[in-house]
Amino acid sequence: MGSLGRLSFTNLTALALGLAFLYAPIAILIVYSFNDSRLVTVWGGWSLRWYAALIEDRAMIDAALASLGVAFASAALATVIGTLAALALTRIARFRGRLLFAAMIYVPLVMPEVITGLSLLLLFVAIDLDRGFFTIIIAHTSLTMCFVTVIVQSRLVGFDRSLEEAAMDLGCPPGRTFLTITLPLIMPAVIAGFLLAFSLSLDDLVIASFTTGPGATTLPIRIYSEVRLGVKPEINAVCTIFIAVIAIAVIAASLISKNRERGGSPRAA
Amino acid sequence: MSSPEIRSPDEAQRNPGTDGERGAVAPDFASLHPGYEPADQVVAPRPIRRSPAERLTVIVPYLWLIALFFVPFLIVLKISLSQTALAQPPYEPVFDVTAGLEGVRDFLSGLSLANYFTLAGDDLYLFSYLKSLTVATFSTAILVLCGFPIAYAMARAPRRARPLLVTLIILPFWTSFLIRVYAWINILQHDGLLNQALLALGIVSEPATWLATDTAVYIGLVYSYLPFMVLPLYASLEKLDPTLLEAAADLGCPRWKAFCLVTVPLALPGLGAGALLCFIPIVGEFVVPDLLGGSESTMIGQTLWTEFFANKDWPVASAVAVVLVILLVGPIVVYQHLQARAVEER
Repeated sequence: MGSLGRLSFTNLTALALGLAFLYAPIAILIVYSFNDSRLVTVWGGWSLRWYAALIEDRAMIDAALASLGVAFASAALATVIGTLAALALTRIARFRGRLLFAAMIYVPLVMPEVITGLSLLLLFVAIDLDRGFFTIIIAHTSLTMCFVTVIVQSRLVGFDRSLEEAAMDLGCPPGRTFLTITLPLIMPAVIAGFLLAFSLSLDDLVIASFTTGPGATTLPIRIYSEVRLGVKPEINAVCTIFIAVIAIAVIAASLISKNRERGGSPRAA
Repeated sequence: MSSPEIRSPDEAQRNPGTDGERGAVAPDFASLHPGYEPADQVVAPRPIRRSPAERLTVIVPYLWLIALFFVPFLIVLKISLSQTALAQPPYEPVFDVTAGLEGVRDFLSGLSLANYFTLAGDDLYLFSYLKSLTVATFSTAILVLCGFPIAYAMARAPRRARPLLVTLIILPFWTSFLIRVYAWINILQHDGLLNQALLALGIVSEPATWLATDTAVYIGLVYSYLPFMVLPLYASLEKLDPTLLEAAADLGCPRWKAFCLVTVPLALPGLGAGALLCFIPIVGEFVVPDLLGGSESTMIGQTLWTEFFANKDWPVASAVAVVLVILLVGPIVVYQHLQARAVEER
C-alpha cells in the first residue's frame, strides 16, 4: 500500500521528472563543492580544499554569524507577533479594522520584495533610525510574521475546542488553559512557523540590501557580491554548508512534531 | 511570551458575550441571574468589553503592521511626489514638524507629479513594466503546465505516500532562494554542465549561450516558484472525490472528457491561488533576472534596484514602486479573496 507502484506510468513520470528538476541543481552544486579543480566546470577529483579555504575567509564567517543572529532574533520576534495575530484572526470574531488587519497579513506574502525593502528603508530614514543589523531584524520580522500567522492560523482553524472547554469547566483559569492546553496543541505549527521565519530571514537578499547600513553584511549580501563576479568554488562550499544546516533543522523539526503528534492528545480524524 | 488569553476568572464571568463559542459559561450566567436577557445582545449589540489579554492579542500585531507595512507605503507615496536633492535624506521637501502650519503649506506646494511624468516619458520604464508583465504571464503559464501533472500525480499517489511527497516538494523551498538561482549559473554557463551534456550527446556542435538570456530567466523562475504552484493545486486535487470520475465513466464519458469537465473545474481554486502566488512576486522579481538574465532589457524589479542603488534617485524609485503596486492591486485583491475563502472552508 505504501508503494508508488499503483500509479500509472504517466503519473510516475511526472513525479520523477518534477523531483529530478527540483533536486538536480542542488545535487550538482553539492557535488561540485568537493571538486579539487579551481575551474568550477572541470572535475578534478574529490577534495575538501574549498572548505579549508573557507575557514580562512574571515569576512564570510562574520557574515554567516551575523546572518544567524539576525535570523534567530527576527524569527523569535516574528513567532510571538505572528502567533498573536493568528489568535486574533481565529479567536476574536469581530474587532474594528479586522478587514484591514487580515489584508495586512496576506498581502506581504505576495508583495514583491523590492517594494517591501524600499518602503521599510524609507520609513527608517524618515524616523532617522541608524541602519544596521537592528533595522534588518525589524524588517525581517515584519516580513516573516505573516508567514507564521498563516501557518499557526491553519492549525487553529481545525482545532477541537472541547479540550479547552473541559479544562475551563473544571475550573482551570484561562491563562493556564492557554499555556497547558492551547499552546501545546498548536506547538507544531508554532515551531514550523519559527523555522520558516528563520530560513526566510537567513535567505533574504533584497530586503536586507535595502535596510542594511554601513558595516552590516549578512551572508546573502556577501554571497551575492561574490556571485556577481562569477562562480567560485568557495561559494559552492558555503552554499553546501548552508543547505546542510537548513536540511538538518527541517528534518529535526519534522521528527519532533511527529513525536509530539504520536504521543500527544487525540485529534479529530 | 505573554499569554494572550489570560483573564481573571471573574472577568470571564462578567463578559459571557465575548465568547459565544464557549457555550458552557453563558447558560450558567443566565440561570444565576434571572433578570438577564441574552436576547438584548442580539437586538442591540452593546460595545463588547474585552479583557486586557484579548486587547493585547489584537493590538500588538495590529500596531506592528500599521507601523511597518501601512505607514511605509504612505511614505513611499509621499517621496514619489518629491524631488531628488543633494542632501541627506536625498529628496525634498522634507516635512518639518517644527514649522507648524506654514511648514505644512511649504511641504504641500513642494510636491509634484514630475516623477510620474518622467516614468511616462521614458521608454525604459514602459519597456520594463511590459517585460515584467510578459515574463510573469508566460512563466506562470509554464508553471501551470509543469505543476499540474506533478500535483495530479501526488493526489493520485497512495494516501500513505502523500505526506512524503509533499515534504519532498517543500524541502527545496526551505533551502536558500539565492543558492538555488546560483546553482543554475553553474549549470547554464558557457562551459557549464548543460553545454557539456549537449555536446557529449551530439545535440549541438558548439556550446550554446544559455546564461544572460530570457530562457535562463524562465528556467530560474519556473524552478524557484514550482512549489508555490504545485502545493495549492495539490490541495485542491486531493479533495477531489474519485467517485465523481467513476460516475462519469459509468455514464460513458471518455476519460479525457471527464478530466476536462470534472477534474479541471474542481481544481480551479487551487489553480487560481497557485497562479497568483507565482504571478504577483514574479512581476517584481529581482534576484532571478539579475543573476540569470541579460543586461539589455531589464525587469521592473531591476529597474527599481538600479534607480535606488546606482542612480541614488529615491523619488523615481518610489514612483516606480507606486506604479508597480497599482498594477498589482487587482491580482492582490483576488488573491486575498481566495486566501480568506480557503481559510474559512477548512
